[in-house]
Amino acid sequence: MTESTAREEILRRIRAALGDRPAPAAVERSYRGVTGPGDVDLFAERVADYRATVVRVDGPVADAVTTALRTRGIDRVVVPDGYPDTWLPAVDVVLEPVDVVTLDEVSAVVTTCAIGIAETGTIVLDAGPGMGPRALTLVPDYHLVVVRAAQVVAGVPDAVAALDATRPLTWISGPSATSDIELDRVEGVHGPRTLDVLVIT
Amino acid sequence: MTFLGMPAGSGDLGGEQSFPSAAHDALGNATLRANLRRATSTIRAKRAAVVDELPDWQQLRAAGAAIKDDVLAHLDTYLLQFESAVTERGGTVHWARDAAEANAIVLSLVQATGAREVVKVKSMATQEIGLNEALAAAGIDAVETDLAELIVQLGHDKPSHILVPAIHRNRSQIRDIFAREMPGVDPSLTDEPAALAEAARRHLRAKFLSARVAISGANAGVASTGTLAVVESEGNGRMCLTLPRTLITVMGIEKLVPTWRDLEVFLQLLPRSSTGERMNPYTSMWTGATEGQDFHVVLLDNGRTATLADPRGRSALRCIRCSACLNVCPVYERVGGHAYGSVYPGPIGAVLSPQLTGVDHNKTLPFASTLCGACYDVCPVAIDIPSMLVHLRSRVANAKGATPERAAMAAAAWTMRSPARWRRTLRLLRFGRLVRRARRLPPPLSAWTSSRDLPTPPTQTFRDWWTHDGRGR
Repeated sequence: MTESTAREEILRRIRAALGDRPAPAAVERSYRGVTGPGDVDLFAERVADYRATVVRVDGPVADAVTTALRTRGIDRVVVPDGYPDTWLPAVDVVLEPVDVVTLDEVSAVVTTCAIGIAETGTIVLDAGPGMGPRALTLVPDYHLVVVRAAQVVAGVPDAVAALDATRPLTWISGPSATSDIELDRVEGVHGPRTLDVLVIT
Repeated sequence: MTFLGMPAGSGDLGGEQSFPSAAHDALGNATLRANLRRATSTIRAKRAAVVDELPDWQQLRAAGAAIKDDVLAHLDTYLLQFESAVTERGGTVHWARDAAEANAIVLSLVQATGAREVVKVKSMATQEIGLNEALAAAGIDAVETDLAELIVQLGHDKPSHILVPAIHRNRSQIRDIFAREMPGVDPSLTDEPAALAEAARRHLRAKFLSARVAISGANAGVASTGTLAVVESEGNGRMCLTLPRTLITVMGIEKLVPTWRDLEVFLQLLPRSSTGERMNPYTSMWTGATEGQDFHVVLLDNGRTATLADPRGRSALRCIRCSACLNVCPVYERVGGHAYGSVYPGPIGAVLSPQLTGVDHNKTLPFASTLCGACYDVCPVAIDIPSMLVHLRSRVANAKGATPERAAMAAAAWTMRSPARWRRTLRLLRFGRLVRRARRLPPPLSAWTSSRDLPTPPTQTFRDWWTHDGRGR
């Protein structure tokens, strides 16, 4: 039996199964849809709920990035392509491309993001400028994200509307965690165990 | 027997023991009951808090149900759309009628890479088809990377929950499994959850960084764009989906949503229902071959078309595998997931497993419920599980033919059709007082009294009392 036979057979089964011609009601989207810009205070609060550290920044971004890294005792950091030059910290910088072994060894990365979601405290990366390929924010144990206040949207529908489905997307809500032991949340398994977020206003 | 005689699913969908017999054994395990009570009460409170936070939960729930009904009503069209979108972006789509066919496809893809070991993201579909066992038979090690799956795999155990397969284990049991089975583990490992998570991180780190092939399931596939989504917590999913050069995803055909926009509904319903969080730590989405990977998706039927064929049972295919129904079920909380015998336990398992396999292979599961309705209340896609259970019970009864139960019901119906016969019969029940100390009836009626007390009939029937004393008072 070839696989094309399986395809035809499954499609035939589906059409036979739907012999009663079900006509479900139209989808009613009466839930809250796209509502626009998000509340930055709420975003900061909800991100912090996941035990990420959130810092609001008014002054120069580069200084804030440097301070965040120094606070964690980090003197070497991976920086992706397209990360703004003016945001570069005063520590050793490892530029893309970076192989997995180096990522594991340096173990710290600073990135931009595509969007922030206030209601859920979520940050989305889409591999755009300053975000790098997906492995870049996964292998290091420390991830610092810089979010511009204008990137914060209200809810999930706003984020879905603004994102391009065909890009590789990573939605991040706090550091790596698990609920697998007695259904209680513990931070820190395979992804970055520390997530710091700078919100630039 | 499946609906319309559609081909049934196979794999890990039914146990050797019937539900009542397995449940009877499980009820004797006090540790199991304590572990389950603790875990389910924690998650129930978390879910309730984050669901109450959303003013439009019921609207989201109704939309979720309607979107899935639309998918099911036009499943052939959406599958073809999905196939062409994935193909256009460099992915390869495979179709599998049943478990054996899906396993054979995955095995040949793995063998083509020459890899002897694959890393896996937790996936119900691959549990259902018994993929790990099929790969092992061909000499390929499948390493489970989700913490709970790892606990189950290292403990040579079976999963007992959709979201947290090791829910039946407490921290000290997990510590013992790790100490016994994890090569090179620190012998002073404590049972602190953070220490156990750290041990899992160390154990899997090298495997992630060197794996060449990963196998995943999918939480959703978008028909219009070919996008796949995996929702997780630990980062093991991201490791598997991102680092290996070859990625193979096994997905049930019902997992589709029509458009990208539809994810705005499920990304709100799923995390809140599942782990009781506003959002799970990580969600990965990719479309076709991404960042230079070789990407394959296997579309799995395995009894789903048989489920689709029953108009009163097909809405079980709306299920997004959140496990909220397990966490609220009084039966599940007491007997645990193993008693259901299928990888899909709890209320959803009681309606899904018998439909996937045909009711004659899972005769007792539709009865594994008190019909209290808590599962329906929490279901994020509003599957009316209690009504479906009743429907499946009738399918089981109809498939059985002549039984003592059916004869008794026919006799009762004959008696109740005539007021005189009914009156005489009720009076005869008085003589039941003579045997009232006998707590059990003889076979076949013992099936009824094995789990219920036999009531003592009154000395006088209500009708007699009404005629002589009650009227006019």
